[in-house]
Amino acid sequence: MPSVKLMQGNEACTLGALTAGLDFFAGYPITPSTEIAELCAEELPKVGGKFIQMEDEIASMAAIIGASLTGRKAMTATSGPGFSLMQENIGYASLAEVPVVIINVQRVGPSTGMPTSPSQGEVMQARWGTHGDHPVVVLAPGNVKECFDLTVKAFNIAEDYRIPVVVLTDEVIGHMREKVVLPDFETVKVTRRKAPASPGGYKPYEADPDGGVPLMASFGQGYRYHVTGLFHDETGFPSNRGDVADVLIRRLMKKVENAEPLIRDYATESIEDCEILVVAFGSSAMSSLSAVRQARAKGIKVGLFRPKTIWPFPEEPLRELSSQVKRVIVPEMNLGQLVLEIERVIGCRAPVERLSKVNGELFKPEEILFVIMGGEK
Amino acid sequence: MRTEFRLSGSGGQGLLLAGIVLAEAAILEDKNAVQTQSYGPEARGGASKAEVVISDVDIDYPKATDPDFLLALTPESYKTYGALMNKGLIIVDESVILSDEITARTVRVPILKTASEDLGKKVVANIVALGALAGISGIVGEKTLELAVRHRVPKGTEDLNLSALRRGFELAETAKASL
Repeated sequence: MPSVKLMQGNEACTLGALTAGLDFFAGYPITPSTEIAELCAEELPKVGGKFIQMEDEIASMAAIIGASLTGRKAMTATSGPGFSLMQENIGYASLAEVPVVIINVQRVGPSTGMPTSPSQGEVMQARWGTHGDHPVVVLAPGNVKECFDLTVKAFNIAEDYRIPVVVLTDEVIGHMREKVVLPDFETVKVTRRKAPASPGGYKPYEADPDGGVPLMASFGQGYRYHVTGLFHDETGFPSNRGDVADVLIRRLMKKVENAEPLIRDYATESIEDCEILVVAFGSSAMSSLSAVRQARAKGIKVGLFRPKTIWPFPEEPLRELSSQVKRVIVPEMNLGQLVLEIERVIGCRAPVERLSKVNGELFKPEEILFVIMGGEK
Repeated sequence: MRTEFRLSGSGGQGLLLAGIVLAEAAILEDKNAVQTQSYGPEARGGASKAEVVISDVDIDYPKATDPDFLLALTPESYKTYGALMNKGLIIVDESVILSDEITARTVRVPILKTASEDLGKKVVANIVALGALAGISGIVGEKTLELAVRHRVPKGTEDLNLSALRRGFELAETAKASL
């Protein structure tokens, strides 16, 4: 039976994770993500899962990688300062192809910043925070229900492609409570990594002919193999050969490239005849939606494009849409991050205007409406 | 119809919980509701506010833009948020001295005193305030709020909190008569 609840974004992320089969959480509590750790500590023991409070976020990330290698569905949750500490091990998970989910509830940075205020300052860090070319998927919920849906999706993508997936929310969405209609949990689609049939001849990093993702054996099930952050061949043992490195990094990046049309997710409002397009994600999109509706009521032909997968960015649909519009407005709570990707995607099809807010407050709809109406920023 | 509430005071007064209960009661009555908050890094003290938006239709923007009701329990919150009020009504604790510079319609209600003297527990001021706010606004019924209070307050404190809610509704009756 679907159920109706007043629920917080952080709660919905946790519930989504549990529905997707979360059975290991390691983390270090930090505002504004703490409720996720609290709820995991309460709920995981009830379903035979484990919760560990680690000494810091470096160790938290390491712990979930280890847990995932034993077959657990593993997650951590954090905010800016912790997310920075996790970067090294996120790269390890990318290269060693370990499925993990990281929920990053953004607050104002850099450094300790403003712990209780929202920001969208980690768009680029979520994509490029760790060094080297690496695959990662970043999902951005725009309301509490999507915190549930996209956390489930994050686990499925992590499992299907053996990559780290980041759920990028912020203080507004993490802490706000709203009415949520939850599905019957039994009906939610949940996937699990493909496992090899038997240990004989198992090559842990050999691309599976079906989809190119290596089959993943769990430690403790009779398989012996090597996991490393060094470049490695199909056996998992380190290699310093250029041709091996080239094949590996291209295969890793190809996983997400091939997956893009399948995992692509976005929402639109009033785009059919729009001449002005607002592109916004996460909590900025809530203000944008209100502004678009107010402008429509004044007869202005404006629409909203809201990516839910922000990395990889849903290029095709936005590019197509941008050909019909005269202006594109990009409000975000940073000094211009996702707009760089949007400018790349749109090219010279339409002029792109940036709208930035970095005072730790959510956009007011009238601030966006003002720009839609042609006001100077 | 969109109705916006801002509940403001000092950190630790429980206004966030009051906001959550109000939003939950609205949902029990089949309305849409969103509750947000802003607060400082400290666990006690500092300025704190919770906002609740209640509507029959979809709520896009979750924060209050021009509140219909402001609850202010401290002089600081009265000055800060009272000055931003236009069309709405300010419900302020009786202990706060009113300012000529704040021109929105205002009603003074003995919330803190009722909690500490009549009920003997100043910690239930938030629920007294909630009763007063709900009674004056008429946004949700008392029976629904009782359910929501039972659901959200710590176990063992239900009776005390329900008495606080009742006293809040009584204060609302007196306040409405003066409006």
